[in-house]
Amino acid sequence: MGKKTSSMKRKKTVISIVSHVILTILSAIWVSPLVALIITSLRKERTSDRTYLWPKDGFTLNNYRDLFIDTDPLNYPQWIANTFIVAVFTCLISTFMVLSVAYTMSRLRFKMRKSFMNVALILGMFPGFMSMIAIYLMFSIFELNGTLTGLVVAYSAGAGAGFFVAKGFFDTIPKSIDEAACIDGASKWTVFTKISLPLSKPIIVYQVFTSFMAAWTDFILVAILQGDNVGKYTVAKGLYTMLERDYINLYFTRFCAGSVLISIPLIILFIAMQKCYTEGVAGAVKG
Amino acid sequence: MTKKKKSTQDNLTTKNVVNLNRSLPKVLVDIFIQGDIFTKLSFLIMGFSNMVRGQIIKGCIFLATEIAFIYFLLIDKGGLFMLKGLTTLGEIEAKPASGFTAMQPGDDSRKFLLFGVATVVLCLLFIVIWAESIRSGYIAQLATDAKKKPNSFYRDIKEYFDGKIHRTLLFIPIMGILLMTIIPIFFMICMAFTNFDKDHNGEMQLFDWRGLEAFNKVLNMGGGDKYSYTFWHLLGWTLIWAVLATFTCYIGGIVIAMLINSKQVKFKAFWRTMFIMTAATPQFVTLLLMKTYLAENGLLNGILTSAGIIEKNIDWLGTPNMARFMCILVNFWIGVPFTILITTGILQNIPVDLYEAAKVDGANTKTIFLKITLPYMLFVTTPYLIQTFVGNINNFNVIYLLTNGEPTTMDYSNAGKTDLLITWLYKLSMDFKEYNVASVIGILVFAICATLSLVVFRNTGAYNNEEEFQ
Repeated sequence: MGKKTSSMKRKKTVISIVSHVILTILSAIWVSPLVALIITSLRKERTSDRTYLWPKDGFTLNNYRDLFIDTDPLNYPQWIANTFIVAVFTCLISTFMVLSVAYTMSRLRFKMRKSFMNVALILGMFPGFMSMIAIYLMFSIFELNGTLTGLVVAYSAGAGAGFFVAKGFFDTIPKSIDEAACIDGASKWTVFTKISLPLSKPIIVYQVFTSFMAAWTDFILVAILQGDNVGKYTVAKGLYTMLERDYINLYFTRFCAGSVLISIPLIILFIAMQKCYTEGVAGAVKG
Repeated sequence: MTKKKKSTQDNLTTKNVVNLNRSLPKVLVDIFIQGDIFTKLSFLIMGFSNMVRGQIIKGCIFLATEIAFIYFLLIDKGGLFMLKGLTTLGEIEAKPASGFTAMQPGDDSRKFLLFGVATVVLCLLFIVIWAESIRSGYIAQLATDAKKKPNSFYRDIKEYFDGKIHRTLLFIPIMGILLMTIIPIFFMICMAFTNFDKDHNGEMQLFDWRGLEAFNKVLNMGGGDKYSYTFWHLLGWTLIWAVLATFTCYIGGIVIAMLINSKQVKFKAFWRTMFIMTAATPQFVTLLLMKTYLAENGLLNGILTSAGIIEKNIDWLGTPNMARFMCILVNFWIGVPFTILITTGILQNIPVDLYEAAKVDGANTKTIFLKITLPYMLFVTTPYLIQTFVGNINNFNVIYLLTNGEPTTMDYSNAGKTDLLITWLYKLSMDFKEYNVASVIGILVFAICATLSLVVFRNTGAYNNEEEFQ
């Protein structure tokens, strides 16, 4: 009997050690490119075609400094400012749109409801490019291409169609709360602003985060709409430009530095948002 | 039996009062039959019935809308002109500069198409308002018939924050969706039926309706057209890519999530964070980074050479099959953390008694995984899988940033060996100005995705039993 338990114990220890070793190897594989990114961002040699990781000429912080000092022709601080403006406006407008639609679809019952949801579902299945290219053509007719306003409009105007996650959240708030308020004489507007919205903080935060981050990570729409107008790029498209043939030899390490700078806050935001998302999906009112 | 009963009830009510909950055209016909002379007149003069019955402001708003709309239709280069332009797509060709005369701009087919589509949408909107005005006029009539005072303007406004709050909340989002999603999509769909390409750019040379010409160009199998050859080959690769990319990440993610979740592993949050870091880094950073690492004189070759594993540099992204393999591998690296995120919670929710029962019956780890974990996960995550599959068909980022579709080949028309349909669409429209072919591809991709997801979505509980948990 005792022999058996000790052998089982030994087996368990072996399994535990093996799983930890496997996890260590796997996470090393997953994280190493990011570590390499940080090392490269501190490297003195600027070109991309280096077959070694550890810098031969030593480390430097100049890549970070140059991003903010040497702003001609590629203006990194300008891109950060652009992205920030676009992100703030986009996330305000689209959060407003998404919450209105999600609340309506979840709590109110009216004639066109089901058809509206089906239309939104179908619209979502068109490849995003189809409308992007049409928007590009529309903007080029109205000469809106290459402006930040155009970007904000393109990001946020159609946001209302992406309400499904938020609707799922509103679905979890018990209807009895609304009904109780209605019996007490509250109008539906009061129910929405005074009861439902305060109860939905996790999903509001989630919505704000996602739309805010979208502006920082998206580069396709910027590439389509802003063309060669480098001064109006957002940071993603700007960094992408640094790797184009004309620039890559001078800018590769600066690209790494710029990427590190924007990745760190985005990683923190992402992990924070993940928490909100789990709360948001798990539901609002417990018990 | 019950149906019949219901319909007789309906008839009873419509005899004196129109049932406003029926479909819109029926309601309009009924109102026309049942309404008095003022209500009938408001079919022509919007808001007339409202004004007669004392709802002056409301009636005036309706009337003003009608006047504005008619004015828009009739003015020079107004609505009627645009509707006509939609059929012709412009008639006056621009004259290029020659000798001493400067360029004379002509009609712009793009504008004709866009404004035509916008006018059609505007007309539809007007019809909705028109129908609403008639309904409202009829309701006012009902109120006066019952010797009651119709709602005051103030009460109407108040109603928009209570019983009709859905209209208030939806108004701005719907306008936004119309402007930035629906009009562009219709505009793009229309392009598929024209000859809008690099030789007919609309501005200098007019383009025109051409029916299914562009569809034939893309779909024709036996015709030996380069476009159709490219399309069918890229479709094949797109589907292979979507299947492999989806399932490698899915299985890999589940296995790693299970490993982290298992009892023996400590510091679970730490391990999870290690993987999530990759997912949280913006894709353009990770993918562009991978591209430089995988270059022929990049880091990976350097490390492998100095470790003595390879003697000659391998061109990871240079040959078709190797490049395709690397796409799937890099996507695995990027995609697995997302699966870990999604599945961790679900794995913890699998009922423990299932596992205990299996263990009592003497099942080993492999059987438990294949017979319990995997089926359970598949059941719960089917909608997620479909979503990911459709997402992978449209996965622009990985291909565009990693390989840009390369290696290029002469067999394809303006596409490379790793191009997906979606990146081909991008290149065709942004680089080669072949807008009609591009939009045909867009429509076909939509058709594939829509069929797939509608079939699956419709069969899931989340769609059918929406009210169950409320």
